[in-house]
Parts: sequence; C-alpha cells; structure tokens
Amino acid sequence: MNPFTYARAADVDDAVQLAAGSQAKYLGGGTNLVDLLRETLERPTALVDVTGLPSAIEERSDGSLLIGAAATNTAVAEHHSVRTRFPMLTRAISAGASAQIRNMATVGGNILQRTRCNYFYDHAGSRCNKRSPGQGCDAIEGANRNHAILGGSPSCVATHPSDMCVALVALGAVVHLQSTRGTRTLPLTDLHRLPETSPDQETFLKPGELITAVEIPALPFASDSTYRKVRDRASYAFALISVAAAIDVKDDIIQDVRLAFGGVAPKPWRAWNAEAALKGKPATLENFCVAAEAELSDASPLRDNGFKVALTNRTMVAVLDALVREKNGGSNP
Amino acid sequence: MSIVQKIGQTVMKKAAELAPDAWLPGGKPDPLIEHRPALIGAPESRLDGPQKVRGEARFAAEYALDGMVYAALFYSNVPKGRIASIDTSAAEASPGVVLVMTHRNAPPMKPMPLFMTQPKATGGNDLPIFQDDEIHWNGQPIALVLAQTQEQADYASSLILATYLAEPSVTSLSAAKAKGTTPGLFQGEPLKLEIGDAEAALLAAPHRVDSVYRTPRHNHNAIELHAATVFWSDDELTVHDASQGVAHTAWSIAQVFDLKEEQVHVKSPFVGGGFGGKTLWAHQILAAAASKLAGLPVRLVLSREGVYRVVGGRTTTEQRVALGAQSDGTFDALIHTGFVAMTAHNALPEPFILPARCTYAAGSFKLDVEVATVDMLANTFMRAPGESVGSFALESAVDELAEQIGIDPIELRIRNEPEKDPTTGRPHSSRNLVEAYRSGAEKFGWGERNSAPRSRQEGEWLVGMGCATATYPYHRMPGGAARMTLSKDGRVHVEIAAHEMGMGTSTAQTQVIAARLGLPMDHVTFAYGESSMPGMVLAGGSQQTASIGSTIIAANRALVTELLKLTSHDSPLHGLDPDDVIGRDGGLCKIDEPERFESYATLLGRTETGELTVEASAPPPLEAQHWSMHSFGAMFCEVRVNSVTGEVRISRFLGSFDCGRIINAKTAASQFQGGIIMGIGLALMEETQFDERNGRIMNPSLAEYHVPVHMDVPEIDILWTDIPDPHAPMGARGVGEIGITGTAAAIANAIYNACGKRVRDLPITLDKLID
Ligand SMILES: Cc1cc2nc3c(=O)[nH]c(=O)nc-3n(C[C@H](O)[C@H](O)[C@H](O)COP(=O)(O)OP(=O)(O)OC[C@H]3O[C@@H](n4cnc5c(N)ncnc54)[C@H](O)[C@@H]3O)c2cc1C
Ligand code: SF4
Repeated sequence: MNPFTYARAADVDDAVQLAAGSQAKYLGGGTNLVDLLRETLERPTALVDVTGLPSAIEERSDGSLLIGAAATNTAVAEHHSVRTRFPMLTRAISAGASAQIRNMATVGGNILQRTRCNYFYDHAGSRCNKRSPGQGCDAIEGANRNHAILGGSPSCVATHPSDMCVALVALGAVVHLQSTRGTRTLPLTDLHRLPETSPDQETFLKPGELITAVEIPALPFASDSTYRKVRDRASYAFALISVAAAIDVKDDIIQDVRLAFGGVAPKPWRAWNAEAALKGKPATLENFCVAAEAELSDASPLRDNGFKVALTNRTMVAVLDALVREKNGGSNP
Repeated sequence: MSIVQKIGQTVMKKAAELAPDAWLPGGKPDPLIEHRPALIGAPESRLDGPQKVRGEARFAAEYALDGMVYAALFYSNVPKGRIASIDTSAAEASPGVVLVMTHRNAPPMKPMPLFMTQPKATGGNDLPIFQDDEIHWNGQPIALVLAQTQEQADYASSLILATYLAEPSVTSLSAAKAKGTTPGLFQGEPLKLEIGDAEAALLAAPHRVDSVYRTPRHNHNAIELHAATVFWSDDELTVHDASQGVAHTAWSIAQVFDLKEEQVHVKSPFVGGGFGGKTLWAHQILAAAASKLAGLPVRLVLSREGVYRVVGGRTTTEQRVALGAQSDGTFDALIHTGFVAMTAHNALPEPFILPARCTYAAGSFKLDVEVATVDMLANTFMRAPGESVGSFALESAVDELAEQIGIDPIELRIRNEPEKDPTTGRPHSSRNLVEAYRSGAEKFGWGERNSAPRSRQEGEWLVGMGCATATYPYHRMPGGAARMTLSKDGRVHVEIAAHEMGMGTSTAQTQVIAARLGLPMDHVTFAYGESSMPGMVLAGGSQQTASIGSTIIAANRALVTELLKLTSHDSPLHGLDPDDVIGRDGGLCKIDEPERFESYATLLGRTETGELTVEASAPPPLEAQHWSMHSFGAMFCEVRVNSVTGEVRISRFLGSFDCGRIINAKTAASQFQGGIIMGIGLALMEETQFDERNGRIMNPSLAEYHVPVHMDVPEIDILWTDIPDPHAPMGARGVGEIGITGTAAAIANAIYNACGKRVRDLPITLDKLID
C-alpha cells in the first residue's frame, strides 16, 4: 500500500472540493478499493470518504426512485419499493458477494468496481494493458474462462463484474454526477467505456466527478422482473453469465422488454438487439431464441469461454419463458 | 537409502509378514476393545473449543515478542533462469525497513532435508534457499524485507526491482511427457506392480471399459495462513510455528543451520488446519535466517498469495483405468496407470494407484505411475494423497462398467470383494465394506434409484444418484514416545510431541487416556505441540490416533509395571503381571476379578514423592506389514443437474464408514464430513489455475480459487460400522483422510445418472455439462 491522506467529506460540495486537483479517490465501503490499494494497483495520494453523503432512497412523484450513492447494497436490496417494483434489482444485488460485503458496499462503489481479471491483479507477474497501457494482455491467449465474449477488443477482454449494474442498465437507470464544474446526469449504459485501444479508460466520468445518486425511472412491468445468475458455486462467486429481464406481454404480443447480461462484456451489457428483435412479436420460445441469437451472433469467444455463448442464450430464453409462464399462470403457448 | 538399509528393510518386512500373530504389535487385541469403557466413542465436545471461541488459543502469528520485526517476501516471475539484477535500494531506504535479505547477504544454509529421505526429514523440497541466483519456479521467493510494521515491510517489498536471465522451461504436463518420463517411486519403493498379463486379459474379457481421467492441480487453503514467529538466544532457535510435525521440523531446521536438534525449539500448540501443507517450507527457514541477520525476533506470515507461491499443493494427474470383466461382473483385469507432474527436487509422485492395490480382487493387475518433470513449485501431500484423485478414476470406471454389464454398481463391487489383500496376499485385519454398503444403501434409499440416466426430472433439474467406494490405509509411523506422570491425587499428565490441528486429537486422546487408566477426563492433561516433548508423531497419514494410541499403551504398561512393583504382600494386586490388570475407578484391578482392586492413591502412597513418571516408546509398526489394514467407506450422493445451465447442486450425501472403532462420535463425524466437503470441492470446483505458458499460478486468492461455501454443502449423513480392528490400538484405524476419497466419484457417478454425461476431467464445472 502506498501512503495517502484520508478525509471524510461532510457533504457533496465538500467531497468534490476535497478531491479536486489531486490524485484523489472517493472511498465508499472500500470493499474493492482497499483491496486494490493493498495490491498497489491503485495509488491515490488522497482518499475522500463519501460514506457520509446522501444515502436515502426516495420515491418521487413521477414514479421514479432516487437512490443516494452512499446507500449500501443491502439497504437497496431490502427496500420495499425496490423489492416490489424492481425485484430484478433486489435479486441482482442479493446474488452478489456476501452479506458482509453487501453491508459495506455502496451504490457508487459498486458501479465503479474494477474487473476481476486475474492478469490485471497479478501486477508482479503478468502483462496487462489496463494496468500498464501498451504492455500487452496476457489474458487474451491465457486462462480466459471468465472473460468477455462481447465488447472486448484486441487490447482487453476483461469483464465488468457487477451484478447490480446489470439490473440497473436493464431498468434504464440514470446516474447523477457532480464535480467542482457543476452537475449532470448520464444514463448508466453510457457510463462505462468499451476497452477499444485504451482499456485503462474505463468510464466517461470526468476527473473528480462524484456519483451522487442513481435514478430508476418508473417501469410498471418491472414489478415481475427477475435476475438469474449462473456461477461456479452456489454462492459467493462472480457471474459466469447473468441475465436481467422484464417483459410486458399483452394478448400474447410483446409490448416491451428489457434485457441485460452480466459476466459477458467489459460493461453491464444492455441487450438492445435482443430487445429490438422481440418488440411487437408473439412471446414464443422460438422468438426468444431468435432474439438471443440476434444479440449473441457477434460474440467472439476466446480459448476457454466459448461455453458462455450457449449459456447466455439458454439462460436468456429460460428466463423469458419463466417470466411469461408466471404471468400466464403456468403455461406459455 | 543405503543398500544395507534397504536390505535391512526388506528383511524386516519379510519377517513381519511371516511372524506369528502374537509376536506383533496388535497381535493380542488391545484390552480396551473388549472392555470398552463408556468414554470410548462418547461424543465429547472439543476440550480446546472454549479457548478458541474466547480467542485464548494462540496461533503462530499471534506471539508478540519484544523488539519483533515483520517480514515480507518478494517472488520471482519467471519459471527458470537466473537473477540478472536485483535492486533493493529503494526498499532499503523505505521507512521502517531494518534490512533486505537476498542471496547476496543471507547466512550460509544447507538445503532442507527432503521429506521421506530420512525419518525426521520434513522439507518440501531440497533446493538451496537464498544461496545462489538460480530460479526454479515461477513465484520462488528471492528477497525478504524486514521492517518495523507489516505494512512497511509489504510496501518496501513492492519497491524491489528484479531482472532475470530466463532459461528454457517446461511448464505443462504434455510438454514434460514429451521429454520422457521416469517410474514413480513412493517411500523408496516402485509404484509399478504387475500381476499376470492384464493387457491380454483385458482384450479377452467380454466386457471392458478403458478411459483416461484427469485431475488438476490443487492448492492448500487452510484457514490459518502459514506463519513463523522466531527468535534466537545465543545458539538456540525458537520457532512458534504452524506445524503438523514439530519434532520433524526441529530436526530438519537444525540440519539447515548446522545445529543440534536440541538447539531448535519448535512450538505449535494450535494449528488452524494442516491437510499436509503445514510442514517445513522456505518461510520458516527465511524467518530464522533473517532473524539471525538482524539480531531481532521476526514474524513472517505468508499472505494468501504467499501460500500459493511458497507451499506446494497437489499435483495434476492423467490416469488410465481399464477394467476387463466377465458377464457376472468378476474382474479379469484391473489396469490403473498414468502420469503425474513432479519436480526434480521433491519425491511425491501423487500415488493414485493406491486404491487399486487393495479394493478389488482381479485376475490380473497392472498398476503404474510415471513421473513427468515440470518446472514448478514442488508438489506435496494434500489430504489423502493418491487415494483422493485415484479413487475418482477407479470408482468412476467401476460405475461405467456396471452400466455396461447391466449390474447394480454396489452388486458389482460386492462380487469383486477380495478374500485377502488382492496384491500382497496378506490377510485382512478387519474388512467390512459390504456391511458399510448394506447399511448405507438402506439409509440412503438406494433402492429408489433408476439406473437409466435422465429418468428423474423436477422442473429444470435432472436428479440422479451415485455411489463409490472410499478407502484409506491404516498407518502407524515409527517413533511414537510419551512421558506419563501419575500422581497420588489420581491425576495424570501425558506429554507427546503430537498435534492438534482442529481435528479433535487432544480431546479423543484425553478420552483414551482416561479410559485406559480408569480416570475421569478432567483428571487427565494431555500436552502436545512442542518438539522438546518425547516422540516423533507426524499429524499425517491419518495416523495420529494409532500412533499416540500405541504410545499410550506402552507408557501405561510401563507405569503399571512400576505400580505393581510397589505392591507389598498385603496388596490385592501383589504378584500380578501388567497383562492381568486394567485401570478402573481411579485405580487398578485384576481383569477377571475386579474386586482385587487398589486405588492409585494407595499405590502411590508407597512412594516418597507421591508421583511416578515413566517414559516409553511404541513398538515398531510391524502390524501393517503382517495384515492388510485398510479402512473403507461406501459413499452415496444425490445430485441435481440444471438442464438449462449445467449447474450442479448436491442435494444429499451419505458416507458409511468402516474405520474400526470410533473414539469420539462427535469429532469423528466432523472429520468425515470435513473430508466429504473437501471431496465436493475436488469434484466440482477446486482448481489451481496454472498458466502453462510460464508456470505461474493465476488464482492465488480465495475469491478466485473456489472451495465449497455453505450453500454447496447439503446435510451429510454419516454412519459407521464401529467394528473394532483387532490389530489396531483401541481397535481404531484413523478417520482423517478417508472422507475425501470416493466422494468425487460418487458425485461424478450421480451426475451421470442424472443427465447422462460422463465427465472424466475434474473439476466438473457447468461448461462440461451443457451441450
Ligand atoms: C470477495 C468478493 C466477492 C464479490 N462478489 C461480487 C459479486 O458476486 N457480484 C458483484 O456484483 N460484486 C461482487 N463483489 C464486489 C462488490 O460488489 C464491490 O466491491 C462493491 O460493490 C464496491 O462498493 P464499495 O462501496 O465498497 O466501493 P469502494 O471499494 O469503496 O470503491 C470502488 C470504486 O468506486 C469509487 N467510488 C466509490 N464511491 C464513489 C462515488 N460516490 N462516486 C465516484 N466514485 C466512487 C472508488 O473511488 C473506487 O474506485 C465482490 C467483492 C469481493 C471482495
Ligand atoms: S483482459 Fe484486460 S484487464 Fe485482463 S490482462 Fe488483458 S488488458 Fe488486463
């Protein structure tokens, strides 16, 4: 660990002031950042503790939900409105990490957690373009079972590990940001960058920008939504793949649908192509398969992760089928 | 081993085989078997439990010494070559740093004596430590930083810069095989064994299976990290260690530093899990060397990554199992051969053929382990080395054969039960595997199994059942010795250089001592975990119970002999032989005339001090060369395989064991369950990610190296026959390792029954089960 200073921000303005002009990092629950400090993968000169900033979960008159960035993962998952109106989010969060980590982890920190690529972590023995730009990537031809099948580049194929974010992008969440230069909002789907030629650039955030809140717009049909995570053991493992889904069917025709994948790409992956392929179509298994194909036909699997293509496909189809069956009281035409 | 030693050993072995039963240890059954006091088998809670819960049990990394400094290691990142340069100047200038040690300034040291080359040798490899610039594996420690705090040491170590002259290396089993293999030697003996012409018998058999099974590397992940807190006073070295062999470690460290054994004191009263990994590796040596150089006490705790880089694990295997059988299922041929990766600097060719030596009768045998040499960290013992991965292959193959012939897999096993040891011809001391299968099958509900795969589905989940045989030998290593002090107030204190790693040894042995002497448990103190105590008792090979047991028999006999010498004419015990009496109710009585009794208080009242101390050694372990002594178990598993995702969930598991008499029902059940849980990991998830391009371990953390979590572990039902082995102390054969054997095969067989996929490549991850 490299030496750094520590300050606890009193409010949002204080936080952005404290972070301005130095190599500062915001500190949420520290469940990712402190590990990275220990590994010397992060070397900030200052930590600005933002756990005392707004953490309320507020239901607004337009039906949206505004979640303070300092809310813990547990608080979000257990919140009544989240559980009843956006159950995919509760399920996604509960499927992640362990109870202890979820009690510490914050919404802001979860969004900005970094990849679990083993070669990224192995600073003492492996090459990594994300850690040391231009060095090369030892994962592309190495042990890459956990790596991306979508959105990777010849310079990096790491995945974004979050479960929570997968549900949030499916729900069309919008992130509220503030810096000394002012405030702005950004759809979560546009916050993370694909690696292209500079995998060290992971987001479109500007220097010193603080996540102050996450807003989930109203989405009535999300009340039956779900999240399914597939992993190597029953609990306490990152997703091999995951699917967040909500579907609105009337008279057997899909009115609207939300789909996102985790564990398959460098960012939480909104499955726009699959959604487009489904809207206005009958809710049949065949159409689900066609839609999955539409999303995954671009997949470029690596040496060890080819199974993720079929697994994502099958899981997505099964999840949609189950959602439709539930609504129809057990049967799907 | 010299030729003379070798001949000596062979002669001993032959003599032990031919000797009359009564001449051998265990020739006359331990009286505790027949008299069975209530304490034997009682589910006593662990005596060290309260201490551990209160945080009073001190582990190696918890000793704080005056002026102590902290160590951090720096590791190589090439698999083979030389250090071209190592720049430690920034580390040396870093705050709090006391010194940086490399091969340039380390004191002269000899290599560690390699495990199994001498009685007390316990080194994981025999490479020079910080004596030259050579690199032998990716991750080899090449520098050590000492600083005032752990954080300062860690930080300073991150400032070290090294460059290497890399040399060509072999970092995969396939590349190593291509360079040629050598025959595996285990404990100095070849593993190769041929009886009859098995290949010909296989070809001639009406039914045969013939497949290759693979198992990956595994790493040790005991909860307690390896640690050593050390200090020198003059020429005496004290090591607070996490150790499964305190006496072995003291002797081995003494060889490294050219000291007398008595000058090294290894203390390890508590160990947070060993499993074969808590022996002597470079970290204890480095801590002692750095402490010597700095003149200060040193604490060295390996990080989790450090454990992966410094402490060996289980090596990878590639095993062929071929079975040839008649239509009634009897085996004509049993072939179990294959390859393991090993280094040039250690001596454990994972002996996966061991189960095939003793489990089945067959018309012919061909067993062989070939070694391929890889540039990697030396592999080592890990719970049931050989049996754990060997039983996966063998017991999967038996299941495959059962299906081919159309026989129930339990029935097939029963039809091949041997009458005597199938490869040595020795009589069984006690073998009740069929009984274990019967009771296990009944309790598990095996009768409800449909032998056709994919015949049971619940929603997305395909449900199947499987079984397999578990096996582990009885071991008792030479060198057991004890000091026993009995006092007039009816209290006994026993000292043995043995170990408590959480298995319950101290509790079970307290029960045994209390039962043998006829005392209540709270009148017994059992001291262990220091090299200065008598005996050389390795906590390995599931042998502590037998080793301590036979040592206590010897010490008790010595004690009783002395006590009987104290009797005068008016004593009811006068003139009796030690074999005529037994401890009971705080004294001794004649076995067949219990009213002839005298209390220890009375007996010791005749001494001046009111107490008596004896020291005694266990007899050489010849019983295992006279009888075929093995434990067995019948493992049953019910599994669910998700038809969409290939996820596997174990819904039920039952182990039915024949391990002789059980000493403590509670701690034994925990040992069995713990072994089975480790077997679940072996079957479904444990795998060291070894990058075959450069031999680097890529998942050195518990986040990425998966072991089972609670949700992966179902209720585990444990049964045992409790049939005492007449030739083992207390009738007990040991329970520490058998639980991990057979488990992976039972799971693989259940998965096949559930979904029709036969996976011969561990771990069985979901990608191997989806189309
Ligand atoms: C063993 C283990 C298993 C895990 N398993 C899972 C899993 O299965 N699924 C899963 O989704 N996650 C998993 N996690 C990751 C966990 O969810 C994240 O570590 C956690 O969400 C991070 O939140 P935090 O508040 O602790 O962030 P921190 O560690 O405090 O910070 C993370 C990053 O976010 C930045 N940051 C924090 N708050 C803000 C803010 N308000 N504005 C701007 N930047 C900010 C920090 O500067 C830092 O860069 C696991 C973690 C561990 C250690
Ligand atoms: S995949 Fe990305 S994070 Fe992993 S080693 Fe390559 S560049 Fe680094």
